[in-house]
Amino acid sequence: MSTMNSIRDTFFEECEDLLAALSDGFAAMQSSTHDSETVNAVFRAVHSIKGGAGAFHLADLVSFAHRFETVLDELRASRLELTPDLMFVLLRSADHLTVLVEAARDEVEIEAAITESFLASLDACLGETDSDTKDSGENFSFSAVQLDIIGFDADDSVNHANRFTITFAPTSTLFANGHDPAFLFEALSDLGNLAVEMDLSELPEWENFDPSVPFMKWSLLLETNQDEAAIRGVFEFVDGLCALTVTALLEDAAPILEEPSASMENASLPDGEHAVKTSAPPLEEAGGPKKSAAPSDQHGPKPTLRVDLDRVDRLINAVGELIINQAMISQRVGEMALSTDSDVVNYVEDYRLLARDIQEAVMAIRAQPVKPLFQRMSRIVREAADATGKKAQMISFGEEIEVDKTVIERLADPLTHMIRNAVDHGLEDVDTRIAAGKDPSGTIRLSAAHRSGRVIISIKDDGAGLNRQKILGIAKTKGLVPQDIDLPDAEIDALLFLPGFSTASKISNLSGRGVGLDVVRTAVMALGGRVAIMSTPGLGTEFTISLPLTLAVMDGMVVSVGNQTMVAPIASILETMRPAKEELHMGPNGQYLSVRGKFVPIVDVADSLGFPTKHSENESPLLLLVENENQSQCALIVDEVHDQRQVVIKGLEHNYATVSGVSAATVLGNGQIALILDLDAIAFQRGFTAEPMTETATTAPGA
Amino acid sequence: MSTNAQKSDEIFEFVTFFSGGQSFSIDISQVREIRRWGPFTPVPHATVGVLGVMNLRGSVIPIYDLAARLGLASTAENPRNVIVVVIHGDQTLGLLVESVSEIMSISSNAIQTTPDMRNDAGPQAISGLINTEAGMTQIIDLDIIIRNKGSAPA
Repeated sequence: MSTMNSIRDTFFEECEDLLAALSDGFAAMQSSTHDSETVNAVFRAVHSIKGGAGAFHLADLVSFAHRFETVLDELRASRLELTPDLMFVLLRSADHLTVLVEAARDEVEIEAAITESFLASLDACLGETDSDTKDSGENFSFSAVQLDIIGFDADDSVNHANRFTITFAPTSTLFANGHDPAFLFEALSDLGNLAVEMDLSELPEWENFDPSVPFMKWSLLLETNQDEAAIRGVFEFVDGLCALTVTALLEDAAPILEEPSASMENASLPDGEHAVKTSAPPLEEAGGPKKSAAPSDQHGPKPTLRVDLDRVDRLINAVGELIINQAMISQRVGEMALSTDSDVVNYVEDYRLLARDIQEAVMAIRAQPVKPLFQRMSRIVREAADATGKKAQMISFGEEIEVDKTVIERLADPLTHMIRNAVDHGLEDVDTRIAAGKDPSGTIRLSAAHRSGRVIISIKDDGAGLNRQKILGIAKTKGLVPQDIDLPDAEIDALLFLPGFSTASKISNLSGRGVGLDVVRTAVMALGGRVAIMSTPGLGTEFTISLPLTLAVMDGMVVSVGNQTMVAPIASILETMRPAKEELHMGPNGQYLSVRGKFVPIVDVADSLGFPTKHSENESPLLLLVENENQSQCALIVDEVHDQRQVVIKGLEHNYATVSGVSAATVLGNGQIALILDLDAIAFQRGFTAEPMTETATTAPGA
Repeated sequence: MSTNAQKSDEIFEFVTFFSGGQSFSIDISQVREIRRWGPFTPVPHATVGVLGVMNLRGSVIPIYDLAARLGLASTAENPRNVIVVVIHGDQTLGLLVESVSEIMSISSNAIQTTPDMRNDAGPQAISGLINTEAGMTQIIDLDIIIRNKGSAPA
């Protein structure tokens, strides 16, 4: 059972790759940069999914992939022209194929009606005559087909049909290994028209009959447009288990099949004006991948290795320990106050560099390009546009940017939500856009980029921008802000992230399912990321997600807070300062710092963590100036700043719980645990723009 | 443990230790190691009985003061205190106790259910009692000990 499950897992992993290839191919076809190999690749992808799905008896998937493949086959054979309408259907069908694969993987049912509607639009592409393709695949009976004789091309493959005689005599090992000649013949019949004759001449007398010795032989006659290699391919798995001869008959040999004319004409399609589809699609599709498999392997992607994630994680953990160990040794050696030219000091420095190299290499194993994620999003845009009746397209940039696998996996849901939001709330409907003098089709721009050790993912629409009056109004109605308040734009935008906020005036199918942007924000924050909004009326809204490159290490500033050694993520710190007395001002809600003409609130870190504070208001505090993604600044009081170093992030959630104000922990050089501060939460948890503070460690893990 | 206890005449091994002047025990299969008292890092907003976190060969594990979690007086700081590192489900955690006394083998039918002491409908931190030569030892239900870290001890 477990073996079957792992094969099944492999199938779905491969499906992901195949769907990505499909998506790539369609992208090329959309931008008209494709060649015939692109169409072939797309066809192969669908065909492989169908093949794999068949092995797991995923009937829905098989039947849909089959029809999809039929259309692609027509396209491949240039019997269909790639019109924008066809492209539309193909893209939608690819989306639905993805849905079906996911449904099969998660073992959920997809409503038959949905699949039916996709099938119908695929059928529509093939023209009306193909309604009988529905029962192909299940049976191989040929239905009557009108042939367009005028369009009959003398060069058609019917004239190239090769005829082979095959003799096949299985040994007892073939049966012992669980092979069945019937399946082989079935596979052969996929290649073309097959006539089978059994030779019972060696059937012994009853008294000499040994049931374990096979006495049957078959002679077969196959008409196909495949070559001998394809036929031998069918017998690949019984190689050495049977006596096999394949002999090609001369072209002008008379057809030997009993009813050659009708079936042969069915089997190969005339290249006519009217693309006539017969019920014998297996003919070409079974041969296609076999012929083209070899070349595609050669210019395929770089060789890769599928490794169990657990193994990688074990390696990463070990490297984490190595980094800690290296820090401990460095610290001890540093305490020995050796002269800088001593061997030990140099070795320790080499060790540090090596350890860092190893760590970067190991982290790279987990890093994956955001491309598959982005491809999924383009599908979401199409679905969302269909559901809302808007027109939308997605362009993506920076698909090659690599992020930790976990980040990618956990980003899928928030990103999906934001993309849907962008289409549903961000973009205007077609009429409004035309009235505003815009392109009727809205554009969602999804991009990824590296910026100062973080990955920035931006979702930008060219819609109407945020309606700030409305947002503020809703926030007031819902009691999220005081009634008489007037807020700067950035803070109004930030209201969207408050729990229980939803701007949708009507509950649409897409967003407005009671899940708001606060869920997005929580998910992103759980990854050590932040979300920000920028909006320009009339021009659109941009959401920016900033994420750490890896979840395993980060650069931190080691500080003292309330007698504890803690680590502040350097990424959020703008500067450290000890301001002069004149720069500090008392306000009703606490102290303010004036930084270059701007007043910034001051927060005592020890105080907000519930630790005893050392800071007295008479002396000038040591401050870390931090900024969140909305450009709000805050100054945090710490007792001391020690140094900067790379720290290995250790989660607190697994063995304990989430702690507000603390994002994780790390192990210092002396073996002690230091908590990593969540500066964003500490700095901005006060005031209403602030984070919904997670209730203090109430979530017991496993409870 | 309670499910195990239902099978009769099976032999269980328990580690017993003292905390808050009373004897407690834990199924030996849950005990990973016993460590000397060491420094730990306090955690903000922690509830009663959560001392902080410590480094166990690279893992961050929380340390609970068992006595304080059970509503007894907090364990006084003493270099002879030990930390019993236990595995509960997929979590690893440390219990600060005064001392570890012994490992004993007990037939499952020697385990008595905890009598109802109070009209307390809530879950009890003691899942069973064992009669020993020295008196009585109480089997700890770790689930209850680590539940509700943010509120009052169970």
